Amino acid sequence: MSSILVLKDVVKTHGQVVAVNHVSLTIERGEFFSILGPSGSGKSTLLRVIAGLDIPDSGTITIQERIVNADPPHARPVNMVFQQYALFPHMTVFDNIAFGLKMQRQTQPCIRAAVEEMATLVRLEGKLQRFPEQLSGGEQQRVALGRALVNRPVVLLLDEPLAALDQQLRQDMQAELKHIQEEVNTTFVCVTHQQDEALLVSDRIGVMAAGKLLQVGTPQEIYEQPVSSTVAKFIGLSNSFSGMITRTKSGICWIEQEHFPLMMARCPKGLVAGPVFVVVRPEHIHISVDQPCNDYENTLSAVVHDVAYHGHEVFYYFCLANDSIWTARVPRAEVPTPSLVVGQSLFLQWAAHEGFALSD
Amino acid sequence: MIHLFSHSLPLSVKYLFWGASFFLLLFFFLPLLVVLGVSLASRGLYGGVEWIATLDNYRRLADPLMGIIFFRSLIFASLATIVCAVIGFPLAYMVARASPRWQLLLLTLVMIPFWTNFLVRTYAWILLLRADGLVNAFLIWFGIQSEPLSLLFTDFAVALGLIYGYLPFMVLPLIVAIERISPHLEEAAYDLYASVGAMFRHVVLPLSKPGFVAGGVLVFIPSLGAFITPYLLGGGQKMMIGTLIQQEFLVSRDWPFGSALSFALMGTALILWFLVSRTSFGKSLP
Repeated sequence: MSSILVLKDVVKTHGQVVAVNHVSLTIERGEFFSILGPSGSGKSTLLRVIAGLDIPDSGTITIQERIVNADPPHARPVNMVFQQYALFPHMTVFDNIAFGLKMQRQTQPCIRAAVEEMATLVRLEGKLQRFPEQLSGGEQQRVALGRALVNRPVVLLLDEPLAALDQQLRQDMQAELKHIQEEVNTTFVCVTHQQDEALLVSDRIGVMAAGKLLQVGTPQEIYEQPVSSTVAKFIGLSNSFSGMITRTKSGICWIEQEHFPLMMARCPKGLVAGPVFVVVRPEHIHISVDQPCNDYENTLSAVVHDVAYHGHEVFYYFCLANDSIWTARVPRAEVPTPSLVVGQSLFLQWAAHEGFALSD
Repeated sequence: MIHLFSHSLPLSVKYLFWGASFFLLLFFFLPLLVVLGVSLASRGLYGGVEWIATLDNYRRLADPLMGIIFFRSLIFASLATIVCAVIGFPLAYMVARASPRWQLLLLTLVMIPFWTNFLVRTYAWILLLRADGLVNAFLIWFGIQSEPLSLLFTDFAVALGLIYGYLPFMVLPLIVAIERISPHLEEAAYDLYASVGAMFRHVVLPLSKPGFVAGGVLVFIPSLGAFITPYLLGGGQKMMIGTLIQQEFLVSRDWPFGSALSFALMGTALILWFLVSRTSFGKSLP
């Protein structure tokens, strides 16, 4: 099976700003690929370069083994779901979805059948004669999706598809997006700044920052083995400190930090000495109220700074010896009794393999 | 109307409302009433107004000659409106989609003609168009023509003058309308296989309709009653409504008939506006 979309060394500058900085990326057929990054990381520009709406300064874009650099947007077998949907306000839902087919001069019966089939898929039956402004945000989002998908693109590009929806609707649409993608079996390339969304729906994720593609991998790889502190910080809440490696042994390193006792953490291959950045996920922090327990290699004394209830889980914020604030996520059922009070001294613990050292 | 009088409005807004109403009453509605009164009066023997009520002035509108004059004015006004729309749209599109710096410059260029009196600008056209004017000199100098063309005092000159004079009134509302169309809609159309032509036909042109309607009214209605342009550039030979009204008031000294003509002109404009607003606003909004 050949790769459906290959980007090779793509560069795009907007005046002085390098929006996309030497990005190479291979996307396989039928994949749900998310490009994740903070706003201004160049991820939208990358999508526009693939769509043909922006021309790259250098590098090649190959879709289905054909270099499309010189092709205008309408000559590329990709379609885009725009961030604010960009629905045509003067056209009904039917005409919006039919637009691409009409432009390709398909016959009326063909168009009608395809639009109705698409309306069923995106659950817009009975709404085809409405105008976009008469629809809810979620419905508009599905019109945008249907309008692009009805053309059977080789790759569907989605620019922050769920950003304009409220929390509840976004969660419903995440599941629906994944469901539709499996239904039509099309390659989706989705740009987002919501890491939970990317982790939930993607087969693979590419993390972008400042125009550079930092890491590409499955959600699990990205979350559990980030290649740099930038990736680690962007994917999920993290606790971190910097220190110096003193020695390593079979994937575990010992780290010195002036305010902490000697720490142990997972260590990537090749990292033997020098300054490191250690990350511990909030769900891996164990709270020992009275005395440290021997099951964990790492122990830090801390003071409760704040408590936040999130229903199914509780977030605790602690102040450490070096004045940094760490977070612990504890499921509702495992909340220590009696309740922790602000100002209380206790111990935070985690196993050696639950923290990881990164070289920057 | 009712909410204007509600207690929630600040006092200053109420004063403004009454101030504006008073202004319109004094300087628009009352003079109009005077004209209506005159149009129902009779012409005096030596050109004055005799206050004898009659509908004769309106009966005289049925004269076929009046029909021809109204028809000619309608044709010129329609032509001016259509040509202004055709020239104005690309111009407005360019301005609306230009970068902010260019936009300011281009907008200034659109507005510059207003800094000079309309009459002076029309005289400038006479200098350009007459037999020994710049246009003919240019044509002969380049050998395109051997004899000077008679450009001035023709229908062509009148149409040119109307289009020149009212083009900014088409361009400005179109700029506003086009600026409100998100560039993302254009990108979406291109992404959905539209060519440049199809994109304009299906997206930008239909969405510019409010601009075309506003610009159309602003060009058509003044063109319909235009007086300076047909008088100076058309030589006043072929009568149009504007020149006819002027003639009735100042040459024939038949104020009552001139007033009736003015009302007929206003009536025509109102009926056309009613038709346009019904067809364009009735359907465009869901």
